[in-house]
Amino acid sequence: MIPDSATPAAAAAATPAAATPVVEIRGVDKTFATASGGVVALQGIDLTIRAGEFVSLIGPSGCGKSTLLRIIGDLTGPSAGDVLVNGKPSHRARLDRDYGMVFQAPVLMDWRTVARNVELPLEVMRYPKADRQARSKRLLDLVELGEFGNRYPWQLSGGMQQRVAIARAFAFDPALILMDEPFGALDEMTRERMNLELMRIWRETETTIVFVTHSIPEAVFLSTRVVVMSPRPGRVNRVVEVDLPPLRTFETREERRYFELVTEVREALRGFEEAAAVDEVVDARIRVEGIG
Amino acid sequence: MTAAAARVPQPGRRPGAGHAVASERLRALVPPVGAAIVVLLLWEFLLQALGFAEFLLPRPTTIVTAFLQQWPVLQKGIVYTGGEALAGFLVGVSLGVIAAFATARWATAREALMPVAIAASSIPIIAMAPISSAWFGVESPLARIFIVTLMVFFPVMVNTVRGLTSVEASALELMRSYAAGDVDTFRHVRIPNALPFLFTALRIAATLSVIGAVIGEYFGGPRYSLGIYISSEAYLFRYPNAWAGIVCACLIGTVFFAAVLVLERIAIPWHRGDGRDA
Repeated sequence: MIPDSATPAAAAAATPAAATPVVEIRGVDKTFATASGGVVALQGIDLTIRAGEFVSLIGPSGCGKSTLLRIIGDLTGPSAGDVLVNGKPSHRARLDRDYGMVFQAPVLMDWRTVARNVELPLEVMRYPKADRQARSKRLLDLVELGEFGNRYPWQLSGGMQQRVAIARAFAFDPALILMDEPFGALDEMTRERMNLELMRIWRETETTIVFVTHSIPEAVFLSTRVVVMSPRPGRVNRVVEVDLPPLRTFETREERRYFELVTEVREALRGFEEAAAVDEVVDARIRVEGIG
Repeated sequence: MTAAAARVPQPGRRPGAGHAVASERLRALVPPVGAAIVVLLLWEFLLQALGFAEFLLPRPTTIVTAFLQQWPVLQKGIVYTGGEALAGFLVGVSLGVIAAFATARWATAREALMPVAIAASSIPIIAMAPISSAWFGVESPLARIFIVTLMVFFPVMVNTVRGLTSVEASALELMRSYAAGDVDTFRHVRIPNALPFLFTALRIAATLSVIGAVIGEYFGGPRYSLGIYISSEAYLFRYPNAWAGIVCACLIGTVFFAAVLVLERIAIPWHRGDGRDA
């Protein structure tokens, strides 16, 4: 009934040949070494993300979705398999500054004003000063913080700080944005407003976004595709194509099709509940041994 | 650093927010000044009423009189001892900061320097002072500068290392995602993060440096240097003069401390308040 792809292979096959994949993940495994042996975090991940897509990774905690995001960004390496970003090995792509990163915490520098926080990547990348200022102004306007450029991060609320982090990620026009539960620490109302804003920014900038989240409604609302992962060892269990109209608004959350998709993702996740209980134990062990 | 999410907007506390802050600062001066006046008054009248011998603890007015009488000598002592303390402070801070950078950057340096720093900090200064006098000569200020350097080095190094290394992992990952090199990571993340730690150490070092210089002078130095002056006046039972010398040492320490506070305000305007040290 729903035009989703049951396997990632099918999803890849459905990709029009013309579109260049921004991210290509082939046979990626990730094993963490712990004192009590290896813990397999990811197994046999295949995933292709096309330009302009908004792909959410969702799964029970400990399924390795953040690890997968970090592998795409070359913040950690895979134990096996290949990751290509813009057709290059992920390491090369990182050195070429092909992606922007947003973490769960805003990670703003206390000693820099809001505007200069947005300029940080531009300074590292040696953009000329006038260009830096023009870009930070444009991006702060984009996240509707134009008035706050001269404030310090601690003078802003949590939601505003996260918007600064988003502006910073977009500052150097990367083709790919990686977001690791960026709204996880925000209250539900702020989160819904941030979802709308991110939607707008994504459409205006025409970037590709990979988005890790715990929230099913958030994943469905934002994404063009939702990748549902299984508990450890993390695998791509199912890929749900979100066939909602491209322009999502506040009303989208009240549409019938939206609820159907939320249910579909929830059911894809459901089988894992018992397994998740066992998983908590492994999670705790990984945390204790400091590799989570 | 506190969790960013826990912070609430406080527009009134922006650095350099004008007159309101100035009068707030004046008001903040009232309790310490008041306390000092009360202590001095009690000291002046209570000790006398309780029948304390004046030579054991002279009254503040006696000390002030001695201070004014002895000013020509004390003045030279302040300049000399203060100079030694300042020189030792600057050398010790520089070496401490350099050692901290090496330690934070290279694991080999960490393994090599940390034990040396810890050993240096455990040397009893009172034992080291006569040895230092023997090395550099009783008359040479280098003997005291060496002692002060030794005392200042450790707190500066340890605090700076902590500031350079206790950086949020995600801040380092952010820099990594920009393909930033070591120099950029130090410049944009580690050094600004270390500044509040460094200034905490500088406050400690400011007072330690005066103590180190005075202790050092007990084992040598010109007649007018504060350490020699205090010990010889006490030896001759001229306690008000000895106390006047102690007051001078306190003055130097206070001036150093205040200078560090002023520098701190200039260097790290984003760092809020004294009660929320890193």
